[in-house]
Amino acid sequence: MLDIRSLEVNFVTKSKNKGAVTRAVNNVSLKLEKGDSLGLVGESGSGKTTIGRAVVGLNHISAGEIFLDGENTLGPNGKFDKKFHLRAQMVFQDPHSALNPRMTILRSVSEPLILHTRLRGVALYKKVSELLEIVGLQQQFLYRYPHELSGGQKQRVCIARAIALNPELLVLDEPTSALDVSVQALILEFLKSIQAQLDLTYLFISHNLAVVRYVCNKTAVMYLGQIVEQGNTEEIFNDPKHPYTKALLKAVPLPKSGQARRSNPLWGDIPSPIDLPEGCFFFSRCAQAKAGICDKTPVPVSTLSDGRQVRCILFQEGDIL
Amino acid sequence: MTTKKHISLEELQVPSWVERNQSTIRQMKLYMHTFRRNSSAMLGLGIVIVFLITAAIGPWVVPYPEDAQGTIHLEIKLLPPSAAHWFGTDEVGDDVLTRVIIGARVSLKIGLIITGIAILIGVPLGLIAGLVGGRTDELIMRFTDVFLSVPGLILAIAIVGALGPGIQNAMLALSLVWWPGYVRLVQAKTLSLKNSIYVDAARSMGASNMRIVFVHILPNCSSPIVVKASMDMGLAILGAASLGFLGLGAQPPFPEWGAMISYGRNYLPDWWWYSFFPGMCIFLTVLGFNLMGDGLRDILDPRSRE
Amino acid sequence: MSKQPFFSIRDYRLNFNTFDGVYQVLDGVNLDLERGQSLGIVGETGCGKSVTIRNILGLLPSPPAEVISGQILFEGRDLLKVSKAEMQLIRGIEIAMIFQDPMTYLNPVFTIGNQMIDVILAHQRNKPRANKMSRRQAGEHAIEMLRKVHLPNPDKQMNSYPHQLSGGMRQRVLIATALSGNPKLLVADEPTTALDVTIQAQILDLIAELVEDMGLSVILITHDLGVVAKVCDRVAVMYAGQVVEYGSIEELYDTPRHPYTQGLLRSIPHPEISVAKLAGIPGHLPNLLDPPAGCRFQDRCAEVMPVCKTTPASVSVGGSHTVACHLIRQGGGDA
Repeated sequence: MLDIRSLEVNFVTKSKNKGAVTRAVNNVSLKLEKGDSLGLVGESGSGKTTIGRAVVGLNHISAGEIFLDGENTLGPNGKFDKKFHLRAQMVFQDPHSALNPRMTILRSVSEPLILHTRLRGVALYKKVSELLEIVGLQQQFLYRYPHELSGGQKQRVCIARAIALNPELLVLDEPTSALDVSVQALILEFLKSIQAQLDLTYLFISHNLAVVRYVCNKTAVMYLGQIVEQGNTEEIFNDPKHPYTKALLKAVPLPKSGQARRSNPLWGDIPSPIDLPEGCFFFSRCAQAKAGICDKTPVPVSTLSDGRQVRCILFQEGDIL
Repeated sequence: MTTKKHISLEELQVPSWVERNQSTIRQMKLYMHTFRRNSSAMLGLGIVIVFLITAAIGPWVVPYPEDAQGTIHLEIKLLPPSAAHWFGTDEVGDDVLTRVIIGARVSLKIGLIITGIAILIGVPLGLIAGLVGGRTDELIMRFTDVFLSVPGLILAIAIVGALGPGIQNAMLALSLVWWPGYVRLVQAKTLSLKNSIYVDAARSMGASNMRIVFVHILPNCSSPIVVKASMDMGLAILGAASLGFLGLGAQPPFPEWGAMISYGRNYLPDWWWYSFFPGMCIFLTVLGFNLMGDGLRDILDPRSRE
Repeated sequence: MSKQPFFSIRDYRLNFNTFDGVYQVLDGVNLDLERGQSLGIVGETGCGKSVTIRNILGLLPSPPAEVISGQILFEGRDLLKVSKAEMQLIRGIEIAMIFQDPMTYLNPVFTIGNQMIDVILAHQRNKPRANKMSRRQAGEHAIEMLRKVHLPNPDKQMNSYPHQLSGGMRQRVLIATALSGNPKLLVADEPTTALDVTIQAQILDLIAELVEDMGLSVILITHDLGVVAKVCDRVAVMYAGQVVEYGSIEELYDTPRHPYTQGLLRSIPHPEISVAKLAGIPGHLPNLLDPPAGCRFQDRCAEVMPVCKTTPASVSVGGSHTVACHLIRQGGGDA
């Protein structure tokens, strides 16, 4: 239902002298079936948020195409076709700033309805009350302002706003990163429960691997604008193949006793997306890198027997080490 | 977290006006409480209220209404303050108190018009510059900079000089001098607001630029505009008075405070009351608006909101 | 009894006096730390963990904060009662602190080297003349500190500005600065919350290394139960200004006894195991303007009893494990 092909999103930095191009998204291809929940995992600079924004029309596309249910999201004039706003909506990262502080909850949640439907007055009020009910908030919240709500409540309001137009695809950009653990658990449970109910497909963007494992049935791991590994969540987490995926999983501290203090973590910093190397982007930090090969030639994507895709020379056909 | 449910119209309890605006009411109470604790702001507010009341009911409470238009009573000219004439009389025998009170009304009108026009020109320009960005932003801001680089009063004098003296031209001139301040303020606020997440959210729902400006950005700009406007009232009145003092604003016998000080100059220091009382009024009014504006800024500052 | 502990907080009660009223922020916090150990203080927003440690170095503005009772004992001295002059000798030199967002704690208009040298020179203030470092020596000391935190090219980096460094590198600089006074205790307030996962792993590894090599004692504040489990020896869980459970990592993570701790652990998804359902803890924090008597978790606790509403509890469940819950006495409260 969501088909991203060879997507590239570039940003030109404003300073005219440099004219440096930041290649935020490099040749990304993803497919989501209806009812899937794909976790887009990565650290800063991975481009995951940029992809999410491009899908809902908030970022331009430099190359490649995004298809929603077979239709290209870019209209004939090269701009995002507004009708897709009804089909793909986004839940943003920071619930504290995702709601206009001067608007009551009623007005905030009504906004998509006012823009795209003819509902007004009592009918509109009714619909918004129903939406709030779905997310577990009582009518009394309608006339409150965002600063009177807790983080979890605000995020529920954002979810209500996002589902108001009955979209098919929800892009969730770190929806629980700003929330406490106990609240996060409730929101995640809620997201899972409404997915089947409301027939939703999720593009779940997060840096938190544990959350992705819990919510998503498919995962794509990103590094510096490229997908380095994608496939079924269980398979990737149980048996990560790409060196970056392995390092990422190893880096997550687990809430249990008996962990080694000194863990020999992945060294180096995340390079800047402005000056990307020719070969593998991960070369500078990879323990298994082969100098001369990995850093010179662009890395092809190999498909493994279990359907997974890995972007690493180690996995080229017949060359698995 | 329940399944989708249809609420019947009877179950819908649309709350009363009070319930609906509970949050706003609570917020207003908080504002008033914070304001009340700030004694200088309260003083400012007090002065402004006195000023407003004076302007409102002026014409009906003045002891000598005909003196406002400069009727001539040469026999009682230049009398010092007394029971009959609290502020004394001027060179044509008019009651200074009367003229000062009517002057309040004049000043209020001047202040409102100047500030009003400045906002009507400045705010939209600032919004456009901030939102559209790029060339348009550059164009508007540089144009604004030109106006800002010339000292306000000098520019006003130049404009009045070109158009001819008179209170209308003075107001026009001062409005033209005032609007750049608003452009700067609004443009800066718009720039920072346009990248807010809620603006992004509105865009992702398909909101047009117009809607984003009026529904999302403008209301969030309103606090600095209100603060600036309240300070500007005082300064605009001062500006008009300055022009009047120079003889470029109100012309005799128009009862404008600045003009009155100007005529009274010739009679200092022996007949001090002629200049003194209008001068005191200008001083107090400007002070009042400034203090009130400061107080408003303190309460509207988002940090004091929680 | 044995010798006094290296660091302990005893019955610490703190209020905030604000326009809205008096927030009873801390309600009897008790914690201990031995030399060379690391203690993690964990909790969600509003539990008071940051507030607790801020006053170790006197960093809470004193109105509105008001200490009602309690002591913060460091090597026998009560830090809440030391004079300003004494505190100056402790800050940075005996106890050092690092904070959450490295960008806001570094001055953007000065180079790293400049800022570090400033700090080192400030520490020299009270030393006898013979021992005072010159500017040049301070510079060398700074470079050595940067080397200790594994910052690549430390001599060159001395001339960099904060915005030229990545988040992880800035945090290393802050750690280096904190270590420059050769402190005995390092207090870290959410040091890795703003960092990426792989960078966080590097910083946590660094802290573990420093504890091992320098015998540094660490107090680490975080909301992340995973971070605490990895780096710390002991952990205290706080809720609404009370320490609800306190013990070693094994004690707390293997056998959590307090309903809140259990709820938290059941709310965390694991990257390693597939979890069927996350529990979550419904409800919200009590209003600190008018907190309930007794246990502050009573409104959200599934197993609340009448006694919970009147008296707070503190039960020792073996080893060094204490739980503030009446359920233990009843023989319940098992994970």
